[in-house]
Amino acid sequence: MAFLIRGAHVVDPQVGLDGVRDVLIEGKEIAEVAEGIRVDEDVEVIDGAGRYLVPGLVDMHVHFRDPGFEYKETIASGSRAAVHGGFTDVATMPNTDPVTDTGAEIRYQVDRAHAAGLVHVRPIGALTRGEKGEALAEIGDMVMEGAAAFSDDGHGVQSAGMMRTCMEYVSQFDRVVCAHCEDESLTTNGVINEGRASTRLGMFGWPALGEEHEIYRDIELCRLTGCALHICHISTAKGLEMVKAAKAEGLPVTCEVTPHHLFLCEEDITDEYDTNLKMNPPLRLASDAQAMVEGIIDGSIDCLVTDHAPHAAHEKDCEWEIAYFGTIGLETSLPLMLTRLVRDGRMSWQRLVEVMAVNPRALLRCRPVRIETGSHADLTLIDPARELEVTPDHFESKSKNSAFLGQVLVGAATDVFVDGRRMLVNGEVA
Amino acid sequence: MLSVKHLIDTPSLTADDITQILDTAKSFEPLNNRKGIKKAPALRGRTIVNLFLEPSTRTRSSFELAEKRLSADALNMGGSTSSVVKGESLADTIQTIDAMNVDMFIVRAKLAGTPHKITENTDAVVINAGDGKHQHPTQAMLDLYTIREHFGHLDGLKVAIVGDLAHSRVCGSLAPALKTMGAEVTLVAPPTFQVDDPSWFGCDQTYRLDDVLEDMDVVYMLRVQLERMEGAAIPSRREYNRLYGLSLERADRMKEHAIICHPGPMNRGMEIDAEVADCARSRILNQVNAGVLTRMAEMYLLLGGEGDGVSD
Repeated sequence: MAFLIRGAHVVDPQVGLDGVRDVLIEGKEIAEVAEGIRVDEDVEVIDGAGRYLVPGLVDMHVHFRDPGFEYKETIASGSRAAVHGGFTDVATMPNTDPVTDTGAEIRYQVDRAHAAGLVHVRPIGALTRGEKGEALAEIGDMVMEGAAAFSDDGHGVQSAGMMRTCMEYVSQFDRVVCAHCEDESLTTNGVINEGRASTRLGMFGWPALGEEHEIYRDIELCRLTGCALHICHISTAKGLEMVKAAKAEGLPVTCEVTPHHLFLCEEDITDEYDTNLKMNPPLRLASDAQAMVEGIIDGSIDCLVTDHAPHAAHEKDCEWEIAYFGTIGLETSLPLMLTRLVRDGRMSWQRLVEVMAVNPRALLRCRPVRIETGSHADLTLIDPARELEVTPDHFESKSKNSAFLGQVLVGAATDVFVDGRRMLVNGEVA
Repeated sequence: MLSVKHLIDTPSLTADDITQILDTAKSFEPLNNRKGIKKAPALRGRTIVNLFLEPSTRTRSSFELAEKRLSADALNMGGSTSSVVKGESLADTIQTIDAMNVDMFIVRAKLAGTPHKITENTDAVVINAGDGKHQHPTQAMLDLYTIREHFGHLDGLKVAIVGDLAHSRVCGSLAPALKTMGAEVTLVAPPTFQVDDPSWFGCDQTYRLDDVLEDMDVVYMLRVQLERMEGAAIPSRREYNRLYGLSLERADRMKEHAIICHPGPMNRGMEIDAEVADCARSRILNQVNAGVLTRMAEMYLLLGGEGDGVSD
């Protein structure tokens, strides 16, 4: 099968490309990038005029709940959501049931993703057995079966000594440790940011310090062990300052942020107690969100991730304190970035491609995708003018718990190519 | 008419709403004090569900009596009889009761936001009888009634709320209501019991009880919930009593006309000494009495009553 994407604005900072080109895809590869490519009649031509073609988007922090919680999401349904949102690659967190902490569990996900046949699923393995923070998981076994990174996402590793062991052990493999930074002795029963919001709504606070304290700890462990450290879903200005300082020192520290920590804050939680706004870490101050926006623009934040966290309706349609943490995100992430940052020129397309494709792909230690001859044909075609209203019907995900329901966004992926196969066609999943 | 459809929290109430509630409660006093039949037909034929998802004795009895005095039909649910205990979701429970055509829910719940959640699942009127550590507006109304009865007004009064503020729904409702009525509120607690952001209430917060005591018109002592002590927020009952307890010595230093309130149930010898609880300054039993009156007023006004509900 061959496709010619004609006249799209191609953006790929890796090869210094930012202009209108034709791109020919043959088999799994990009066959040619040039102006005015002529092709035979058997090549399907896609008119890319007015659209942007970028390396396939990567979300390195999603929860597909498979195995164990298939009523929320499966690898198949999550893959549909991913491709619908414009992604070619996702990395799945290991807090499944059983926890993804052995090579066999990694292999299960890889096989399921292959059967679903839509996107590349890159499983992240647990650092500790059962994510209990007590004993090393079989990290080498998981690397050999295809684990892309390691994390005890959902809890974090509570003991500094255990985290040191994990990072020392992982340092022998070329993989990053993704740290969910939460000191549970400080966050205890917290369900909302500590301060004005916890006082106003009368619930236990989740203090910023509970996150910042562990960011500090893990940066120091990075210095001690040399293991590459990636801070998950950073949410406070002070946490980001620590990451910036570590980077300035040359430590192998990176971080990621979610759209909800960029575009929402604790003031959005009203006395209606909308549980779709209950996250971990919680929505922080408006000034924190502002710092996150500045960080993702200026390069101090490396990746945009969604922390796609599907939950069934009955797990959210209840009182805030017992509702589950998290929002889905795969199908609103790109439209939010385009609407809130790219459209008004605050973020360049080049930078968007870095945080949504180039950087996360590198952190997952995947082969780069460049828009040049011979590169792998994982590509996303984006219509910056396509309007989208976020309603429950919009989602391919099994769950509808979006923090952005009701918003009208402008800009979305229309076509996604994975291994040269067209998996999203004019906005519809193939 | 009140400006709100439900009574969920006090920040939503205007000064006019609060005055209406207090004045209507006052008009119920003769009925409530009758030697003979303490009953008026004001809510005859109205169905009120007392949904108590958390243990409560005084609030529940107070509501039940208020309902009986106004001739409403009451349905008591909660505790071990409720299906919430059997794992049914709140939405399902409320929709089930709602299908039986009820007029009002009185809700006591362990979780913040439960009363609002109920309004999303029924057309009936909802009164919050305490939700988690969020709000307890009917307690605030009875407190305001008690204080106004003593001083004749609320504006300009200085009120200290003392005790376990961090876990207190009473503070969350009382402080904003007092502010709305023009009183000045000071929060007093050990640092481990202080609220995260006192500026939300527009109040000062201190841990020096003795510095503010002599300046106060009302000293409102909160119950220290012994079940909350396991987090080691305070070392012992004895030490708490010594630092923050209202002793006779402290009570003697209060202004001449100053009064003492407590929402109950009291831990005598901890936040309040036994002789202080029973002293002339204490308005603790007046508060209990005001509870029935103000709850009658709230149910009556929210179910569309006007005037005093008795004379016509």
